[in-house]
Amino acid sequence: MNPTAPHAITTKGLNLWYGTFQALVDVNVALPHGLITAMIGPSGCGKTTLLRCFNRVNERYGGVTTTGEIRVLGRNIYDPDVSLIELRKAVGMVFQRPNPLPISVYENVVFGLRIHHPRRELSRARLDEAVERALTEVGLWGDLKDRLDARATSLQLEQQQKLCIARLLPLKPEVILLDEPCSALDVEGTRAIEELMCELKGRYTLIIVTHNMAQARRISDECVFMLLGQIIEHRRTEALFLQPADSRTADYVEGRYG
Amino acid sequence: MTDVPFQEPTGEGSGRDAGGLGAPSGSDAGAERRFVRTAFVRRKERFEAWARGVFLAMAAAMIVPLVAIVGHLTYEAWPSLGLEFVLDIPRQGMTEGGIWPAFVGTLYLVGLSLAVAAPIGVLAAVYLNEYARDNWFNRVIQLAVINLAGVPSIVHALFGLGAFVYAARFGYSILSASLTLAIMTLPVIIASTREALAAVPRSFREACWNVGATRWQTIRSIVLPNSISGILTGVILQVSRAAGETAPIMFTGAVFYKAIARGDLFAYRLDEQCMALSMHLYTVTTQVPNVRESVPYATAVVLLASVLLVNATAIGLRLWLRNRKRW
Ligand SMILES: Nc1ncnc2c1ncn2[C@@H]1O[C@H](COP(=O)(O)OP(=O)(O)OP(=O)(O)O)[C@@H](O)[C@H]1O
Ligand SMILES: [Mg+2]
Repeated sequence: MNPTAPHAITTKGLNLWYGTFQALVDVNVALPHGLITAMIGPSGCGKTTLLRCFNRVNERYGGVTTTGEIRVLGRNIYDPDVSLIELRKAVGMVFQRPNPLPISVYENVVFGLRIHHPRRELSRARLDEAVERALTEVGLWGDLKDRLDARATSLQLEQQQKLCIARLLPLKPEVILLDEPCSALDVEGTRAIEELMCELKGRYTLIIVTHNMAQARRISDECVFMLLGQIIEHRRTEALFLQPADSRTADYVEGRYG
Repeated sequence: MTDVPFQEPTGEGSGRDAGGLGAPSGSDAGAERRFVRTAFVRRKERFEAWARGVFLAMAAAMIVPLVAIVGHLTYEAWPSLGLEFVLDIPRQGMTEGGIWPAFVGTLYLVGLSLAVAAPIGVLAAVYLNEYARDNWFNRVIQLAVINLAGVPSIVHALFGLGAFVYAARFGYSILSASLTLAIMTLPVIIASTREALAAVPRSFREACWNVGATRWQTIRSIVLPNSISGILTGVILQVSRAAGETAPIMFTGAVFYKAIARGDLFAYRLDEQCMALSMHLYTVTTQVPNVRESVPYATAVVLLASVLLVNATAIGLRLWLRNRKRW
């Protein structure tokens, strides 16, 4: 790991308001590069909000005020010359409900490429290769290589979610944000996504929001516990679960409230 | 190109060496160059700005005709305008005076037609949206509604003449004219009501059904309260349509001139003919010689102002009802 930028994302004194309601309070966090970080905490504590800060997509929702600093890969993303287009290309997001676009599997995967490159740069061969690579990377190629023209919305939920991840890959993202990516999936689907995340780890920085303690424990390297818009504890996952420093963390991970 | 150019998807990455970071982790010097605009991004941003400009211009262009119409009419109408113009009756063979009989006539026609069309339209829409299954009967109804909406008003006029004036023996009367207007506005009310009902999320209904609520209980307690703003707006917007139509009432119950007392709100009986603003505007503009020049314009301003007032009420009502619903 590069010693000068060991963290993929760091925030300093990050505050965020929805109107007058403060959803994030003085968040200082440094998320490791190339690993899986889980964010846990009770409903409404601001996990999704924090996640959406990392590619500044919060700004698309009205009435949001942000102060503080967020660095993605060492770059302050509030610098005036930062292009939101390039930022969001590098920091992709996967949602709770799989949201494949209502077009074919193939077009879903190349959607990002088509958006970010002039038409003449995109030869058929290059698109084909990008599709094969992305689908192979998420483990869908074997199942879908003969059904690339199928409507993406007709796939099983698990396949849809994998496709949503595959949709990000051709853009070579650095960070993938996953907001409860398994909560609409069954046990099998959850396992498949978890395995996929472990596969992707190393090449991408993964940040996952989850309500599932066991899942956080299984897959994450570091874990962030949030409460009422604040970060209470952030440590290596085993440490956070086995010897939580804060009593509130202990209560939460042991299921005394949630 | 200041940014790292797109790399051809070859080799690197397909070999899954778990240890190595595929993503370049920038030194601080490299970090400052991250996420900066490439030439292509700049081009896209220029296009985005241009597109937004065009859309904005189109939206803003809507203001021009409105301001032009209102401004021109008001300017021309100025010498006649005033409360007196509304309250007074036409004088000197309609070349002077006010428009009270026409104003009241329009109130009657619009009020009565909506009183008939609104309940029928809303209830029909509720049936179509909440009860109707997808069978041939209901498809026929929907087809009828759609086609009725496309019938030109002059055809409605002829139908009204045959159906209400002659067949139903209502004669040339406010009743016949109002019913004709009602039939004309019905399909639009049904369409807008259905849209408002369809905007209520299905999950709300499912929640109700699963505690054993009947369809009617579901509609009354959840669907209607959450769609009432849209329904009312749709109905009220039909006021301007009914108030502006000339052909249907001309065939069925509106007259050029009728003598009633100045300022009398209860001047007409429903089986009588009446004057109406739209018709009066036509009359003074084309049928009566030597009318004072500002009279037609003032008539138009009164018609427009009444309609805008009603629409503004609709918008206010909508905002008020909206603020009370939260989802
Ligand atoms: N667009 C918004 N406008 C106003 N308030 C919002 C908005 N989005 C979220 N909030 C509020 O901000 C707080 C944090 O919301 P957030 O969605 O980040 O929580 P969360 O931790 O992701 O919760 P969950 O686990 O339920 O997904 C909540 O109290 C929520 O009500
Ligand atoms: Mg959330």
